[in-house]
Amino acid sequence: MIIPSSWYLLLSAVLFTMGVAGFLIKRSLITVFMSIELMLNAVNLSFVTFAHDWHAVKGQIFVFFVMMVAAAEAAVGLAIIIAIFRIRGTLNVDQIDLMKL
Amino acid sequence: MRQHLHLWLIPLLPLAGFLVNGVIGRRLPKALVSAIALAAPLAALAVVVRAALLAWPGVGSMALPYIGACPFNWIDAGSLHIEVSFVLDQLSLIMLLVVTGVGFLIHVYSVGYMAHEEGYWRYFSYLNLFLFFMTILVLAGNFLLMFVGWEGVGLASYLLIGFYFDRKSAADAGRKAFVVNRIGDFGFLIAMFLLLANFSTLSFAEVSSKIAAHPGMQGGLLTAIALCLVLGAAGKSAQIPLYVWLPDAMEGPTPVSALIHAATMVTAGVYMIARTHVLFDHSPFALSVVAIIGAATALFAATIALVQTDIKRVLAYSTISQLGYMFLGCGVAAYSAAIFHLMTHAFFKALLFLAAGSVIHGLGGEQDLRKMGGLRKAMPVTFWTMTMGVVAIAGIPPWAGFFSKDAILYEAFQHGPLGKALYFVGLLTALLTSFYMFRLWFLTFFGESRAETAGIAHSTLHTSHSDSHAVHESPWSMLTPLILLAILSTIGGAIGIERFGGFLAPVAGPVLSPAEQPGGTNLDYALSAVAVGVALIGWLLARLYYGRKSERPAQIAAAVPGIYNLLLHKYWIDELYNRVLVQPLMVVSRYVLFWVVECGIVRGSAWLLAGIATLLGEFVRRWQSGNLRSYAGWLAFGAAVLLFAVLGVAMGANGMDVHLNWAGR
Repeated sequence: MIIPSSWYLLLSAVLFTMGVAGFLIKRSLITVFMSIELMLNAVNLSFVTFAHDWHAVKGQIFVFFVMMVAAAEAAVGLAIIIAIFRIRGTLNVDQIDLMKL
Repeated sequence: MRQHLHLWLIPLLPLAGFLVNGVIGRRLPKALVSAIALAAPLAALAVVVRAALLAWPGVGSMALPYIGACPFNWIDAGSLHIEVSFVLDQLSLIMLLVVTGVGFLIHVYSVGYMAHEEGYWRYFSYLNLFLFFMTILVLAGNFLLMFVGWEGVGLASYLLIGFYFDRKSAADAGRKAFVVNRIGDFGFLIAMFLLLANFSTLSFAEVSSKIAAHPGMQGGLLTAIALCLVLGAAGKSAQIPLYVWLPDAMEGPTPVSALIHAATMVTAGVYMIARTHVLFDHSPFALSVVAIIGAATALFAATIALVQTDIKRVLAYSTISQLGYMFLGCGVAAYSAAIFHLMTHAFFKALLFLAAGSVIHGLGGEQDLRKMGGLRKAMPVTFWTMTMGVVAIAGIPPWAGFFSKDAILYEAFQHGPLGKALYFVGLLTALLTSFYMFRLWFLTFFGESRAETAGIAHSTLHTSHSDSHAVHESPWSMLTPLILLAILSTIGGAIGIERFGGFLAPVAGPVLSPAEQPGGTNLDYALSAVAVGVALIGWLLARLYYGRKSERPAQIAAAVPGIYNLLLHKYWIDELYNRVLVQPLMVVSRYVLFWVVECGIVRGSAWLLAGIATLLGEFVRRWQSGNLRSYAGWLAFGAAVLLFAVLGVAMGANGMDVHLNWAGR
């Protein structure tokens, strides 16, 4: 039995929404960061779905790009998070507000 | 073979002098500043004299007019082509000789007169700047280039009237001269626009030839153009109703009054009318206007000069009056006679001003006639040279003023009934002229000295002279120009109107020959005799009233206090203008322009824009809370908006039909 692509897309949308919700709601910087990763991977899923649907390989190539950027981003992002934790002693996003006017 | 006259050198040499003295003059020693300032007009004079020798009939072989055109056009716009062309013809040659010749003498005089003044270099650079623009004005081959010179001499005049800019009266006088001249320039500009619109050229030669091609053209348009030109000329040449700036212009240094406000710049209006006389010849109405303005101004200014007590003011009103004569000459189509009077007037009025300057210099800045007297012994050279000037302006033969004034009066007499009426106005003016000039002469040089104690007499203006307490004769650098000008004033008229007019005839039209006119030469002689008689009566009256200490002038003044006050206050014209024109203008400026336009509209709109930006900022800055999650929220919100927008567009394009594969293939 072939699973219809809309199911994949629905899953992708659910994952993306969860990511957005976590991004907006969670206070811990680590969790926010993980929510971003979740959104990226939700998008990856829809890329793959469409690539399969339309028999186009571009979507799959894009997925590799996104994963690569996400890996790099994870490295840099985690380093920043560690640095912030060392300086501020907290990872609560509400207290990291140095960029206020 | 055609010889080159290098006309471009004539204006450019003074310009070079202006630039050198103006830029680095402050650091140069005075001797070098004077050398540069004197070299420029002397070299220009040499170029002019060479041109004159080449072109003078019987001496040289050059045919006039000589056109020194620039290889490129100044303005090229559509059908409008304006060249930078210098034209040397008989008229501009005479003017150039006067401007550079008298100009050079006054430069020499200034070296002595300004020796102790602050801003010596500034003075001489302005003076050279004036010569630059004046020669451009004279040499210009079209209206626009003439206008450049016209405005330029106005600028130089403004700068030099306000030379003592730390004195409020001088700064005000400079501004007044500039503003009043703007009114005249407005007329000049309108005339140029009319010419452009109807003849599509601004060149003097082309306008003349186009008018000559249509001999039937008369009045109407030409009258309009001519009247606009008259307005311009009246501003520059200080005629009614725009004469008010010239008496105030005496705030400048005296050599400036001699050069700019007596000999050269103020005659630019007369020169312009003579230059464009083709327009006037085709408009009898405009000619009559010129004649009436001239005669009225001559008489009006002469009556004011009768009672003035400031030596320079007497001369200033006398200048206005003599300019009125020149206008009268132009108005009866006697352009050659007007230019002849312009030339002799340049000699004797420059002489009178310079001599007056010498008197003022000798007295340490005193300008009040009532405080002079008895200077004949103390300043013999000044006395004798000024005497030459006084008899010349009074119109006593064989001095220069007699010939030129006589020529104008004769031609006025022969110019129809209007001319005859104006002749009598001119004759009365001649009587007044003779009277007030001899009054000045007697008051200055004869009788007892009326100077107050030395400390006061050597007061305010020339504080640097206060060390020299005795009245002293001026240095030779000042006396030499006086002597040369006295010689010119004496013999300058001997050339005679026939020869002078004959030379000018190709440009300014023929002069009347008395032998061929009704009345013949006898009428000419009779009119001359009347003029001389009138001048002698003026001398006699002045001698009677001012020759020795007398109570009679005061008695007369007391007998007719109304008239005396009217004259003393110059007919209250300044006050009248102040009330009717200046005050309303000030009120409008202060309340309407300042409060409504400046504060309301200009500043208001700026404030409005700034206020909007500030208010918007107050609102928008709250977004920059620093709270990461609020940023994230806005980001999500923005993304949602974009998403719905894209969705909306997509649904709009495809209807509500969004294809999603719900059921598999």
